[in-house]
Amino acid sequence: MADATALPRARGPRSLNLRLWLPAAWLSLLALAALLAPFIAPHDPLAQDLLMERLPPFFMAGSEPGYWLGTDSLGRDVLSRMIYGARVALFVALIAATITCLFGSTLGLLAGYYGGWWDRVISRLVEIWMAFPPVLFAVLLVAVMGTGLFSVIAAIALIDWTRFARVIRAETMVQARMDYVDSARIGGANRLTTLAGEILPNVLPSIVALLMLEMGIAVIVEAILSFVNLSISTDDPTWGSMIAEGRGAIHFAWWVLLFPLIALFLTVLSFSTLGEGLKQRFDPVLQ
Amino acid sequence: MLIRTILVRLLTTAVTLFGVAVVVFTLVRVAPGNPIAMMLPPGATDEDIANLTALYGFDKSLPHQFVIWLGGVLQGDFGTSITLRQPVDELVLGRLPATLELSIMALVIALFAGGLMAVLGARHRGGSTEVGLDLTSGAVLSIPDFLWGLLFVLIFGVFWPVLSISGRIDPRMEFDFTTNFYVIEGILRGRFDVVGSTLSHMLMPAMSLALPLAAMIAQLLKQNLKEALVQDYTTLARVRGFSETAVILREALRNAALPTLTLVGVQFTFLIGGTVIVERLFAYEGLGNMAIDAVINRDLPLIQGIVLLFAALFIAINLIVDLSYTLLNPRLRHG
Repeated sequence: MADATALPRARGPRSLNLRLWLPAAWLSLLALAALLAPFIAPHDPLAQDLLMERLPPFFMAGSEPGYWLGTDSLGRDVLSRMIYGARVALFVALIAATITCLFGSTLGLLAGYYGGWWDRVISRLVEIWMAFPPVLFAVLLVAVMGTGLFSVIAAIALIDWTRFARVIRAETMVQARMDYVDSARIGGANRLTTLAGEILPNVLPSIVALLMLEMGIAVIVEAILSFVNLSISTDDPTWGSMIAEGRGAIHFAWWVLLFPLIALFLTVLSFSTLGEGLKQRFDPVLQ
Repeated sequence: MLIRTILVRLLTTAVTLFGVAVVVFTLVRVAPGNPIAMMLPPGATDEDIANLTALYGFDKSLPHQFVIWLGGVLQGDFGTSITLRQPVDELVLGRLPATLELSIMALVIALFAGGLMAVLGARHRGGSTEVGLDLTSGAVLSIPDFLWGLLFVLIFGVFWPVLSISGRIDPRMEFDFTTNFYVIEGILRGRFDVVGSTLSHMLMPAMSLALPLAAMIAQLLKQNLKEALVQDYTTLARVRGFSETAVILREALRNAALPTLTLVGVQFTFLIGGTVIVERLFAYEGLGNMAIDAVINRDLPLIQGIVLLFAALFIAINLIVDLSYTLLNPRLRHG
């Protein structure tokens, strides 16, 4: 790390900065909407109004002022439901991805650095886990644990830890063979201190990139589970339950599907682009 | 040395399969609800309950139950579906062809589209075409199959209804299938209307599954092609008068393909895993769609059967990829 900072800092191309700022802007907007939902949502996201059902969005004939993105089959305001849906999406993204990251990265570091039985047991567990189709695994876990936000988060952590464990194990093995690890050991550091103080900082860029990627994946998994009616209650506003409702009413009110879908596209794209960008920015080798 | 490598690999595969069986068994046993109560029709007597409990060994300890269950599975007895009241193995094998046809079609699309993008990018390397292709594949890569599926449902369901977005075949099609491989059987019996209807129903779910993999192939293969195109043998081919496209297709592709094929082997299991939600999205009558119904209806024997079949399929694919890689790669063979 010390050598890398001594070199003149390479200025990334303009596009790299845009690739950091655009996703950051979208995610900040989303976070703001989630935090301020009760103040900015034009309607109660749960309020049904059968006189206002299936209103089209503002740019189409037959739209009502105040219902910018239209209403669904029960007359609930699409924009308000999306704003409240951002709360669930971001909550799951932050909590589930962080737990998954801590759990999986720890196992990856241990397997990669200690090797031996640690590695054998953890690698075999990863292999067993990877033999399950993830979506089916998630659906099954939630069915076992009972529906609800807690189950969704637990299911994500219980399934996706393998992604972190695999990648971090491989990176740790590469780092563990480097000279700086040997010199730390010769200098008297014990194995755990070496792992935490020397190796961890060098695999951190990968962990951060994976963490960002996992946040996007968590949003998708929550949407999928809502879609098959296994996330939180179907009445609660989530992007996934809106999509399920929109898929059912696709020939009558396609906007109920379109707008949450756009939000999901932008959110997933933002998380993965931000992850890649941050990795390049903080990678001591690339800098 | 080679024999030893293969034997070790087979042994770890057996351990993995056993682990999968343990996980499936445990998951389904800790699920809330009494499985016996769900297996019986309403109005069952106490005697019925006692008989079934003894039959499935629910009065015995958990490890003992596991042995009984595993013994049945090894003999091909996966139990009877609670909701559909048919043997699980018949149900599962009946749906497998639909999922296999869909997965293979998706794989073919991914190879073709990804290969085309890679060759185009390598042919026009350094130019704006390459930058455009890189940006496209980067964006396509980060969007999962579920979202592509929803987008296609929206486009072809509402805005441009030229393709069907639900089911596996036009229900008005009159044709008695003896197998459930609709495409293959249609071709063999010369009924191309059946083939056409099936393919047009499969196209959009297959595209949803194929796009992320196509982007991955495009990136990796282009990278390897570019590396091959600065080697001596490609220069020699150019000197001999071949056009750049011919050099790529005839010389570079063959040498650059191995890493891509390894990637495809590994990613194919992820693609098959994606069928679960994509089939649901397009109401496609495959294994994944049946699996979600089984979970929602708490049909425990059926869930166990489907999960085990998927796991066995994944493990088999990984084994084949690993072994063929060992056999194809001379460095590993003598190592």
